[in-house]
Amino acid sequence: MCGIAGLIHKGKTVNIGKELQDMLQALKHRGPDSTGFALYGQGNNQGDYIMRFKVGENVAEGSSAINEDKSVYDERRKQVDKHIRDLGGSIVNDAQLTPYSFRYCIKYDKDLMEFSKRIESVEMTEILSLGKSLELVKDIGDAGVVSKQYGLDKIKGTHAIGHSRMATESGVDIRSAHPFWGYPFSDVSVVHNGQLTNYWNSRRTLENKGMRFMSECDSELIAVYLADKMRRGIDLKDGMKDSLKELDGVFTYLVATKDSLGMAKDTMAAKPMVLYESDNLVAMGSEEIAIRTLLPQEIDTYDPYDGEVKVWQI
Amino acid sequence: MANLKNSKSQSMGLHKEVLKGRTQQVFFNPEEAENFFYYGAHDVNFNKRSEIDALDLTAAQLNDKLHSLMKEGYGSVVVKNPQGKHSLGVGILNKLNLIFEGSLGYFGVGSIDGPVVRITGRVGWSCAENMMAGKVVIEKNAGSCFGAAIRGGDLICKGSVGARTGIDMKGGTIIVGGDAGAFTGFMMQRGRIIVLGNAGINLGDSMYDGTIFIGGKIKSFGSDAVKAKVTSDDISWLKRKLKVAEIGSNFDFSKMTKVVAGKKLWNYDALEPSEKKGAI
Repeated sequence: MCGIAGLIHKGKTVNIGKELQDMLQALKHRGPDSTGFALYGQGNNQGDYIMRFKVGENVAEGSSAINEDKSVYDERRKQVDKHIRDLGGSIVNDAQLTPYSFRYCIKYDKDLMEFSKRIESVEMTEILSLGKSLELVKDIGDAGVVSKQYGLDKIKGTHAIGHSRMATESGVDIRSAHPFWGYPFSDVSVVHNGQLTNYWNSRRTLENKGMRFMSECDSELIAVYLADKMRRGIDLKDGMKDSLKELDGVFTYLVATKDSLGMAKDTMAAKPMVLYESDNLVAMGSEEIAIRTLLPQEIDTYDPYDGEVKVWQI
Repeated sequence: MANLKNSKSQSMGLHKEVLKGRTQQVFFNPEEAENFFYYGAHDVNFNKRSEIDALDLTAAQLNDKLHSLMKEGYGSVVVKNPQGKHSLGVGILNKLNLIFEGSLGYFGVGSIDGPVVRITGRVGWSCAENMMAGKVVIEKNAGSCFGAAIRGGDLICKGSVGARTGIDMKGGTIIVGGDAGAFTGFMMQRGRIIVLGNAGINLGDSMYDGTIFIGGKIKSFGSDAVKAKVTSDDISWLKRKLKVAEIGSNFDFSKMTKVVAGKKLWNYDALEPSEKKGAI
């Protein structure tokens, strides 16, 4: 089933981590397996890249990945550090959040794809996000558990998207959890509710173009698909409109960039989405109860129609 | 089991056909007065009024509270702060004036038989699913699967509704003041849908029977849905229904498009493999 939620404050910075946590916790019944946050914060004020990455997995039911001994993580992290230095980058500050997850601030001014390929050449290492404001965190457990584990309720920002996952197409692990980073574009993330039925064909096509997939989750296709569109200079909204014709299946998805948030609903309108729009705030969720955590008073909401694409700016 | 072949109601000319089927004979015997009442239905007084604040109640607690009030004879109940919670006001098989001051989540007022419900906010997916009788009025918008599989009653949304409105409906009337999404009337079998605004793609797809009236534009017709002539009887019925629904008082009925089933669904005409073999 899965639950997705998003919100964008126009011209205002708020405690975005806490707001999204509350929204996703309200959707816990739609998918308790894993929870993910893509929070668009203030960065480190120096214009450096923030890289969230993992060097191992947190594995639960149905996953083909394995839980490893923690001793391997230190060695992998050292290899990552070396690659960053070899590529001409420097680590401004770093934090270890779990035995396998890290947050680095990095000075780097060259090609992000080359950078990402080198970092991910380290065994079991995946960049969860790379950007100047995006903080992408995902792990097993509900929103409260993941938020507490990573200290997300203190992150301030303007907009965010998130996902509570019920694993259907692939196992329960971090690599299959949402959101997905729009590799190799900084600050692009995607969450999805639904099923894509042309996943393998589309994946093969995109892999032949040099795009990378880290999981076997069909939702990752949307992030890679949109990244490929943007790589070819296609505007985000136009790329989203194309996706309605080219992605097969039932879906509602949210995509966020450093200054915008968009949603798309397939032509069958088979997956839910409730929207609230005002001059200062746009909030959306698979169910209205997610929006109600922000706005308990009586509000006007609506369901977007089939084949609808919307994009909002901060 | 009652013998309906020579019943009193038949001799009075009330019905001509002999009811067939075990369930109809057992449960719908008009000679037995008790069959006109639901087991456990309460005798309520509409002048006896109560309020419930749903802010800190779960759906189950709120629904239990409603049933307790009906048991105590309350015929008018106002629910404050429903807060978009799911499954509120479900399974009411009773006369009741019920007002929700706010919005409901999914499956609001599902499987009801008899109450008159007014919702001042919006409703989520599958509002009034399986409704048997009564009247439900929503002041704002509604989500998808509005009135799924309803059997009777009037279901009215003054705003717009999502996809698959009236899916699988088997009776009753759905009235929409605004627009309706894709697949409106999908696989409907009986009843009527009135949409004063526009309709999305695949209107009336695979409908078996029933009638859809659209006041605005139709994006596309579904498989086997066809236009029909709007008759004077249709217009007088529409006027009456919209008056009861308190919407569309100035509506221009000449703009209405009537949609019915063409009754030529491909799978009706297609032969089974064994039949094809015989045909060859």
